[in-house]
Amino acid sequence: MSALLPFETAVDQHGTTVLRVCRAVLGVHTDAEDAWSETFAAALAEWENLASSENVRGWLVTVAHRKAIDVLRVRTKQGTTLEHAPEPHSRLGLPQTDHLDLYRAIAALPPGQRSAVTLHYLAGLPYADVARESGISPAAARRAGSDGVRTLRAALTVNVSSPTTPTVVTQPGTGTHQADGVSA
Amino acid sequence: MTNTVSSPRVPDTAPTEAPFTADAPFTADAPFTFGHAPLPEEADVLARLSVALREHARDTGARDVAYSVVDSPLGRLLLAATEVGLVRVAFEREGFDGVLEHLAERVGARIFRDADPVSHALHELNEYFAGERRSFDLTLDRRLTTPFRGEVQRYLPSIEYGQTVSYRDVAEALGRPRAMRAVGTACATNPLPIVVPCHRVLRTDGQLGGYIGGLEAKRALLSAERRHSAGHRG
Repeated sequence: MSALLPFETAVDQHGTTVLRVCRAVLGVHTDAEDAWSETFAAALAEWENLASSENVRGWLVTVAHRKAIDVLRVRTKQGTTLEHAPEPHSRLGLPQTDHLDLYRAIAALPPGQRSAVTLHYLAGLPYADVARESGISPAAARRAGSDGVRTLRAALTVNVSSPTTPTVVTQPGTGTHQADGVSA
Repeated sequence: MTNTVSSPRVPDTAPTEAPFTADAPFTADAPFTFGHAPLPEEADVLARLSVALREHARDTGARDVAYSVVDSPLGRLLLAATEVGLVRVAFEREGFDGVLEHLAERVGARIFRDADPVSHALHELNEYFAGERRSFDLTLDRRLTTPFRGEVQRYLPSIEYGQTVSYRDVAEALGRPRAMRAVGTACATNPLPIVVPCHRVLRTDGQLGGYIGGLEAKRALLSAERRHSAGHRG
């Protein structure tokens, strides 16, 4: 029997990844934040079972991706596209422009590529899981991933004006446990 | 493990040509990287979302334990509370991750950081450390202890501030003179140290005996209590 994972530890460990997954699908937008909240509320409701799971990250990432896709479908039906969506609210500071560009570029990918890039590159899911989630073969998932990355690279290289690449951010974690130096 | 390339399954590692990646090391040709840690903007958003999530858990009764890590003269302490009351005081040397895992197993895994439920305990602890408080007036949740140990732990607050007794004294006071060893265990496994003053119990030969917060902490608590007692008399 594996140890039970305290809920807050899961939020500390995977909250960032879940936010990135939601933003990859929905852009830097409050919709992405709502999808994040719904994902963790769903996890909380099932925490009795999830706390001993070996793959909490996989669960969170796939649920977040599904919820975000659902929101996207509603948006598409309503004719709201990301371009027409309200500006990201900036109460607490603007996201780095580099990442806004990146999210825009991901959002512009065809759905299959977007899912593969989001789940594999951004969230670290193995292609076998990406394939299961997308209902395609692992080989097709892998192809979608590398096609998506190629498209992104082209899109982003055009946009990068400065010869020096954007900064590598190695900011220490914000969770108290990361600050404690106790967690891995 | 060698050369089983025939499998259609792809390696689980993220490829190095990724233009950005969350977990893999930054590669020289990558135009972007997120890094594993949140960016400042992400950290701000996550802080706000986490607060809302905690409130949701609290308001829907989906919270088993709330905890906070606080500074004290004895180093950092973890204070944890349930709906019933204060359930755990832990020293850093116990390992906070392990303490939380134990709480997850014994109380429930829906554990959240939230200073509110332990603010009263923190307030009294601060008064105690400042020498302004000699006994605690807190609602305790004693579910982390066994009945006999609980009996011992309920007895301990009757030992006066600044005084010490022996494990034998406690055993005799409880009408179980032969239960000295069990008294020792009860003190050593006290889930609510400081608040339940097991530090006031010493070995029968006057040696300190063990302490969950370490002997140095036990010594510091006892000398502070003696100092404050003397000060008040003078």
